[in-house]
Amino acid sequence: MQVHGLGRLIAEHPFFAGMAPEHRDLIGGCARNVRFGPSEYLFREGEPANEFFLVRHGRVALEINAPGRGPLRFLTVNTGEIVGEAWLVAPYRWIFDAQALELTRALSIEARCLRDKCEDNHDFGYEMMRRFMAMLVQRLHAAQLQILDVYGPGA
Amino acid sequence: MPVVARVQGRRRETRDTWTLAIDAGGFEFRPGQFNMLYAYGIGEIPVSLSGDPGTPGPLIHTVRAVGAVSEAITRLKPGDALGVRGPYGTAWPVAESQGSDVVVVAGGLGLAPLRPAIYRLIAERDRYGSIVVLYGTRSPADILFRRELERWRRRLDIEIEVTVDHADSLWRGHVGVVTNLIGRAAFDRHHTVALVCGPEIMMRFTAGALEAAGVAHERIFLSLERNMKCAVGQCGRCQFGPTLVCRDGAIMRYDRVSRLLPVREL
Repeated sequence: MQVHGLGRLIAEHPFFAGMAPEHRDLIGGCARNVRFGPSEYLFREGEPANEFFLVRHGRVALEINAPGRGPLRFLTVNTGEIVGEAWLVAPYRWIFDAQALELTRALSIEARCLRDKCEDNHDFGYEMMRRFMAMLVQRLHAAQLQILDVYGPGA
Repeated sequence: MPVVARVQGRRRETRDTWTLAIDAGGFEFRPGQFNMLYAYGIGEIPVSLSGDPGTPGPLIHTVRAVGAVSEAITRLKPGDALGVRGPYGTAWPVAESQGSDVVVVAGGLGLAPLRPAIYRLIAERDRYGSIVVLYGTRSPADILFRRELERWRRRLDIEIEVTVDHADSLWRGHVGVVTNLIGRAAFDRHHTVALVCGPEIMMRFTAGALEAAGVAHERIFLSLERNMKCAVGQCGRCQFGPTLVCRDGAIMRYDRVSRLLPVREL
């Protein structure tokens, strides 16, 4: 029953829209349901990036703590989006904190499990990387716009 | 020639931005138009009208202190005189958008030229489909017209989303660029008109995101800013390819300027 439930949740998540059912089944084997209360951390900077999260409902703030300045929030991740990219490349460690701003329900995908399946099945691995790359490029462009500080003095 | 007008009132919006109510004897304008404001002895700048075109009363202008003239204007007190000529320029296609969804995307001070259009959309709410206002700015302290945004959000028949580029942990809202909000907003891409105003880089990214969301180029409108001087198409200072921004803009259709925007030499 639980596998069927997870399969449905994976199929409904926008990140996996249009993915072949057999590939979704591979992801389902690495997934579990998780829930975070308001202010609860999904992970902290420096911890091993053993998983990533598909936000099903809620909002998560990504932030870096700066001595003397406190946490600096640079992105919020919302329903239908992904939290975490550090699981993709060594050394697999988080470089920022992720904190739920409200009750957040998500699917956690176990990183080693998924990396192993990507290695074993390159069609599946390519499909996963293609989807992640699109998200990463979008976030890179957004980060470039943030760095430009277009609303700052002189804008 | 500018008319001699007097400041009736002023309100601080953010650290460096003020809204002035100016008694200029009353004249009509359309959403998106601008006036030339003259700080006597210092100079003249174009400033968009930010009040409600449907409400008689003083002219409302929101000015950010970024140069000698704008700093002088933001220092004016009630009773002080300034020169006003206008209104000039093209308008947001508010009436022309009736029957469509309308997505308003504002960046930073760009919310000010869009506010008259939002007032008109709200005044005739039944004539439009979904109305979505997406606003991005630098930080929570830089949010313009905050109380008004909160009031609009409480209406329940308009989607209002605000995001900031960075924040501390006291901010509970969105963090990230305004283009992130476009994919999350609910509108019919085939029947949507988009009104966009902000720094030009932000507008280029926003137009790209709207295009990616399926909104046609000819249904996207931008407010361009170039070195406007005379405001009547005579001096040529604001030439932008084959157009003069003061005469043919400042509001232009994206399909007519999209190829010009990335050209450095213009």
